[in-house]
Amino acid sequence: MSCQVSGFHATHMRLRGMIRKEWLQILRDPSSLAIAFILPLVLLLLFGYGVSLDARHIPLALVVEQPDAQTASLTGAFERSDYFTPTRFSNIQAAQLALKTHQVDGIVWLRNNFGCCLLAGDNAAIGVIVNGVNANQARITEGYIQGVWQTWLQNQSNAEGRDLPIPVTLEHRIWFNPAMRSQDFLIPGLIAVIMTLTGALLTAMVVAREWERGTMEALMVTPIRIWEILIGKLIPYFVLGMGGMLLTVAMARWQFDVPLRGSFWTLLGSSALFMLVALGMGLLISILAKSQFVAGQVAIIVTFLPAFLLSGFIFDISSMPTAVQAITHLVPARYFVAILQTLFLAGDIWPLVLANSSALLLISLIFLVLIKYKARKRLD
Amino acid sequence: MHWLHPLAVMSEVEKQVPEEHALSLREVSRTFYSGGHKITALDKVDLTIPFGKVTGLIGPDGAGKTTLMRLAAGLLLPDAGRIQVLCIDAVANPLAVQSVVGYMPQRFGLYEDLTVQENLDFYADLHGVTEKSRPDRYRELLHMTGLGPFTSRLAGRLSGGMKQKLGLACTLVSPPRLLILDEPTAGVDPVSRRELWSIVDNLVKAEGMSVLLSTAYLDEAERCAEAILLHEGKIVAQGAPADFSETMRGRVFLASQETGNKRHLQSLLTFTPGVLDALIDGERIRLIMESPDTPVPQLDGSTIEPAPPRFEDAFIAALKGKPQAGRPLAPAIQHQSTSCAEDDLVITIENVARKFGDFYAVRDISFSVRRGEIFGLLGANGAGKSTTFRMLCGLLPVSAGRLSVAGHDLRHAAARARGRIGYMAQRFSLYSNLTVLQNLHFFASTYGLRNHHRQERIRWALDAFELAPYGQSNSGEMPLGFKQRLAFACALMHEPDILFLDEPTSGVDPLARREFWQRTNTLANAGVTVLITTHFMDEANYCDRLVIMADGGILTQGTPKEIKTPFCTPEAPEPNMEETFIALIEGREQTP
Amino acid sequence: MSILHHIFALATKEFLAVLRDRRSRFVLIGPPIIQLLIFGYAATFDLNNIPLGIYNEDNGAASRELISHFRGSPHFQIIKRVERDAEITPLIDGRQTLMVLHVGPRFSAKMERGDTAPVQVIVDGRNSNTAMLALNYARSIVLDFNRKWSGRKGQAGPPAHLQVRAWFNSNLESRWFIIPGIVGLLTLVVTLVITALSVAREREADTFDQLLVTPLRPTEILIGKALPGMVIGIIEGSFIILVAVVWFDIPLRGNLGALYLGLFLFLLSAVGVGLMISSLAITQQQGLLGAFLFLVPAVILSGFATPIANMPQVVQTLTYLDPLRYFLIVLRGVFLEGSSIELLTDQYWPMALIGLCSLALAGWLFRHRMY
Repeated sequence: MSCQVSGFHATHMRLRGMIRKEWLQILRDPSSLAIAFILPLVLLLLFGYGVSLDARHIPLALVVEQPDAQTASLTGAFERSDYFTPTRFSNIQAAQLALKTHQVDGIVWLRNNFGCCLLAGDNAAIGVIVNGVNANQARITEGYIQGVWQTWLQNQSNAEGRDLPIPVTLEHRIWFNPAMRSQDFLIPGLIAVIMTLTGALLTAMVVAREWERGTMEALMVTPIRIWEILIGKLIPYFVLGMGGMLLTVAMARWQFDVPLRGSFWTLLGSSALFMLVALGMGLLISILAKSQFVAGQVAIIVTFLPAFLLSGFIFDISSMPTAVQAITHLVPARYFVAILQTLFLAGDIWPLVLANSSALLLISLIFLVLIKYKARKRLD
Repeated sequence: MHWLHPLAVMSEVEKQVPEEHALSLREVSRTFYSGGHKITALDKVDLTIPFGKVTGLIGPDGAGKTTLMRLAAGLLLPDAGRIQVLCIDAVANPLAVQSVVGYMPQRFGLYEDLTVQENLDFYADLHGVTEKSRPDRYRELLHMTGLGPFTSRLAGRLSGGMKQKLGLACTLVSPPRLLILDEPTAGVDPVSRRELWSIVDNLVKAEGMSVLLSTAYLDEAERCAEAILLHEGKIVAQGAPADFSETMRGRVFLASQETGNKRHLQSLLTFTPGVLDALIDGERIRLIMESPDTPVPQLDGSTIEPAPPRFEDAFIAALKGKPQAGRPLAPAIQHQSTSCAEDDLVITIENVARKFGDFYAVRDISFSVRRGEIFGLLGANGAGKSTTFRMLCGLLPVSAGRLSVAGHDLRHAAARARGRIGYMAQRFSLYSNLTVLQNLHFFASTYGLRNHHRQERIRWALDAFELAPYGQSNSGEMPLGFKQRLAFACALMHEPDILFLDEPTSGVDPLARREFWQRTNTLANAGVTVLITTHFMDEANYCDRLVIMADGGILTQGTPKEIKTPFCTPEAPEPNMEETFIALIEGREQTP
Repeated sequence: MSILHHIFALATKEFLAVLRDRRSRFVLIGPPIIQLLIFGYAATFDLNNIPLGIYNEDNGAASRELISHFRGSPHFQIIKRVERDAEITPLIDGRQTLMVLHVGPRFSAKMERGDTAPVQVIVDGRNSNTAMLALNYARSIVLDFNRKWSGRKGQAGPPAHLQVRAWFNSNLESRWFIIPGIVGLLTLVVTLVITALSVAREREADTFDQLLVTPLRPTEILIGKALPGMVIGIIEGSFIILVAVVWFDIPLRGNLGALYLGLFLFLLSAVGVGLMISSLAITQQQGLLGAFLFLVPAVILSGFATPIANMPQVVQTLTYLDPLRYFLIVLRGVFLEGSSIELLTDQYWPMALIGLCSLALAGWLFRHRMY
C-alpha cells in the first residue's frame, strides 16, 4: 500500500483528476463549448434584435375631409413625429379598409367641421381609431397620438397668445431609462433567461452522458466519493458557464449599448451565485434522469419556459393573478432578472441586490441538499 | 452513506486473518421493476469464490451475471442477504470494498475522447497512485497490454480488442486484490480474447490476484479454475470445469456421414428418441444422450463413436430438461418451386468498398451466394460485417464496386424487388411499445398481405414460433429469446426467397441459438437463401459457405472444411474455427 | 389501392407508437394544458395594481380630490405615503413602488385661482414598457380629473378633444391578443415534437432500416408519418380553440372554414419541418435539439409577443421563412377581426409552399441520409 496516497492528499488528487478529465473532455467535445458560448451568443443576438417593444414609424392614416390651415398644422405635427409614418386619405371608408387590411395601425379622422369648430371654440372632436388586436401596441400608439395632440394644442394656444384652460398638467420624470429604450431592460433580462438554460443544459447533459456511455459505473467503483464527483463536475462547468456569462454581458454592453451602472464586481458576484443555482438544477435533473435525452428534455421544459414567462423579464409579475405570482417565487431567474435590470440600469442598489441574492443563495443551498440526498454512489 | 476512511478500513481488514474467500454471498436476492413488471435478477443466491484463482460466471443474457457483479462491487444494494468481499461487508461498507476491488464494466468504462495516457492518469488519480510509483506501473501495464506505442491515441480510436485491454489496464493501475470483469471478451476477436486470457492467467500466477469474470462463451469456462453456472437468477451448478464434463462421460458421441448433407443428418438425429441434443461440430454431429444407458441410435451410412465430453455438453444438459420430441420446430414454408440450377447465383458482390471520411469500413471485397445456401459473414465487432450487410440491403450506398441481390441493386430497385427479401436487423429491432400482434400485423401489411391471407400468416407465426402466450404483451417487455423469435417471424411473414439476418444469435442463450439454427436449416432446405452475420466462430460450422472478415477485408472464404484444412497439423488434426482464425491472423502478421 | 393500404398500416402503427407510450401521451396532454393556463394568465401586458407612492406637500381639497382619482383607479394601488424628498429614492430604487406622485405645496391654491397647476410623477424606467403604460394610465386619470374640474367650475374646455376607439378589441385586453397566439404556439410545439422524433426514434431502434427494406416507397413512408402529426395537431388545435372561446371568452368572429384552412396548411408546414429535422437527426437527442433550435426562433420571430414591425429590417426578412408568422395573422384575423378567406390568401400560400418544400426534402433525406 506504499504506492497509494491517503487522506487529504488522496482527496486532492482525485479532485484534480476529475477536474483535469472534465477539462480535457470539454476541450475535445465541441458540444459543451457550443452550449456554453455559441448557444448564448445566438440566442442573445436573436432575442436582442427580435424582441423589441419600441414602436417607431407606426403606419397611420390621416383622414382630412376638408383641408384648411388648422388641419394642415395638425397633420404636420403627425408627419414630423418620429413615431408615425402617416398616409393621407380623403375619406374614412378608404382609411377603414386600410386598417382592415393591416396597411395602417391607426386612423386620425378630422371631420369636415373640424376647422370651424376649432375656431368657434366649440369642443371639436377628433376621431381616433386604433387596431386593438395587439392591445399593448394599441395602447402605446394611443399614447403617442395623445402626446402629439397635446403638444400641438399647447403650441396652438401659445401661438394665439391665450392661456390653455388646463387645470392640471402632468410632468413626468422617468428614472434610469429616460429614452424608454425597451432593449435596455429586455437584454439584461435575456441574460438571465439564457444563462438559466445554458447552465442547466451544461450539467444536465454531462452527467447523463457518463451514465449513457457506461463510464459512471467505472467511476463509481473507484474509491472516489460522491461529493468529489459532484464538485469535480461543478468546478469546470462553473468556469465555462461564467465564461458564457461574461460573453453575454460584454455583448449587452458593447453590442446592444446597454449602460452598466452598477459595479462589475457586484455583477460578477451575483452572476456566480446564479450560475451555481443553474448548474445545481442541471445536476439534479441529470441525477434523476440518467439519460441525456430525458435530461435535455426536462432541462428545456423546466428552465426555459418558466424563465421566459415567469421571471418578470417581459411580463410584469405584479399584474399576474396571485396564484401565478406565488409560483414565480420558485423560479430562480426571477431574482436574477431583478438583480440584472437594477445593476445595468440603476446601479448598486444594495437592499435589492442583497434581498434577491439571499433568495438565490437559499435556492442553491436547497439544490445542494437535494443533490446530496439524491446522489448515491450506487446504480439503483 | 458512509464516509469511512479507506485506510482505517484497510487496517481493520488486515486484522481479520485468515480470510477464507475472496467473495461470499449468502441468501442474496435482488429484484428490479421495469415497466410495471417485477423482474427477479437474483434469487437467494449462495456462493463463495476462492482466493488466487479465476472463477467464471457462466450464463446467458439476463441470467443475473451483471447484477451479481455490481452487488459484489458495492454498486447495488441487495434486497436481502449478506455479501462479503475480502471479508468486508459490501452492503455496509461499499467505499472500503471499492478501494480493494478492481471492476471493469461491460463497455470497459473508458473515456473515448481521452487518450490512452489520459485515461490511465485519470484512473491513477482516482485510485490515489503516487506520482513516484506511476512511471514504473505504467511501463508494466503498457508492456503487458501491448499498448505502449499508442499512448497518445484517443481511446475511441482503438480497436475493440485494444479498448478491452486499456479498460483492463485502467482497473489495474492500483493492483486490486479482487478483479471483477463483466463480459470482457464479448464481441472481441479471438486473438484479442486469447491475449486477454493470458494477461489474466499471468495476474493470477504472478500477483496472486483473485479474478471473477463473466462470459457468454461456453468454451471460455474451461479456462477457469472454477465455473459457476447461473440461469434465471439461480445458481445451477458450481465446480471445476473438468468435474462438469466428467458427469457427461458416456453420454457424448460424434456422428459422421460419408456422403450427404450434415444438416439433414442433424435434423434426423434431433428427432431420434433418446437424443437430448444434436449439434453440428466441425464436420460431424455432436450427440448428447439423455442418459449413459440410452442406446445409441443406429443410422445407415453413418458412424457414431464416443467422444470426450466438454463443458458445453454439461451446460446444455443442465439447462435442457426433457426432450421435446416431435415439436414442430420447422416453420412450414410453402415455397414456389425453384427449378434453378445448383450454381444459380443469388447474391454477388464484386470489389465493393465503403469509405466513411478517409476510413475504409470495407475494402475491396468479393463473394457470391448460391440459391438455398446458408452463407455466413463472420468477424469481430468492427470487422465490417454490418457495413457489408447494409450495403447489400440497399441501406448504404457503395463507395466503389458492384453488387446485386436477385439481379437487382436494392438501393435502386423497385419496391417489388424488396418484397422478395426478408430482413432481421441487429438487436431484433421491433416496435417495442407495440404488442406482438400489432407488430406482426404491421409487417404483414407492409408486405401487402391482406385480409384472410394476413390472418393466416399471423396465426402461423404465433404457432410456429410459440408466441401465442405473448400476443398481447408489448414486444419490448419480452425476454430476449422471444424478441428474437418475433423478429424472425416478422422477417418471414411474406415467405421471402432471400433472408438477411444480422447478428441473429448475439445475446441469446445457447438453447435459443440451437432453436434458431434449426429453423434456419429448415428454411434453407426449402430453398431459401440465407445470408447471416455472427461473431460466434463456432457458428461457422452451421454455414454452407462463409467469409471471415477482419479490418474491413476478407481474411478467407470457402466451406468450413476448406477454411480449416490448411491448418490441420499432426498435433491438432481437427482445429476448430477459432484456432483457425487465430492462425490466419498470425499468418497475416508474419507476411505483411 | 396498395398505396392506401400501406399508408393506412403505417399511420395506424405511428398512432399506436405515440399513444401507447406513456411519456409521449403525457407530452400530448400535460404541457399543452399547463402552458395554456400559465400563458393565459401570466402572459399579459396589462397592468393592474401598479404600486404607487404619494408625496403630497399640499393640504388642500383639490389635491385630495386628485389623489382620490388615483385611488379609485383599478390600475393603481397606493402603498406608501412619502413625507420627505429623501424618501423617494429608496422607494423607487428598491422597486417598492413603480411610480411616485408628487403634488407641490401650493397646488390647491393655484387651482383655486384658476391657474394651471403642475403635478409631477417619477417613474421607474427599468422596464420601459411598464413605465410607459403606467404613465399613460396616469395621464388619462389627470385628463379625466381636468374634465370634471373644468365642468364644475364652468370653465371652457380645450378647443378639441380626442375620441378614441379601438377596433376589434375595444377594452384593449392583451389576453385577446396572446391567447389566439397560443393556439398556434402549442400546436406547433406538439406536432414538432411528435414528428421530429418519429424518424430518429426508429433510427435509434434500428426499425427504420427494417422499414426501408420493405416494399414501402419513400412517399408512402412520408405520408404515413405525416398523417398522425396532422391528425393529432388538428385535434389538439381544436381543443385549444375550444378552451380559448369557452374558458377565456375570446370572441371568435370569423368563419371556421378560414380558421381550419389555416390550421391545415400550418400543420402541413409544421409536420414538414418536423420530418425534415427528424430525417437529419441520427439520435432522438439530436431530433429534440433540432426541434428546440427551430422552435425558439420560430416563436420569437413570429410576432407572438412582440410585433414584427419593431424588428430590424434584416430580421424582418427572416420572418418570411417562419410558418408561425403567417398562422398567427390568420388566427388573430379570424378570431378578432372576422377576416375572410380572400383577405388571408397572402398568408395561406406561403405556408403551403413551406410545407411542400420541407416535405419533399424530408422524403429525399429518408433514403440519402445515412451515417
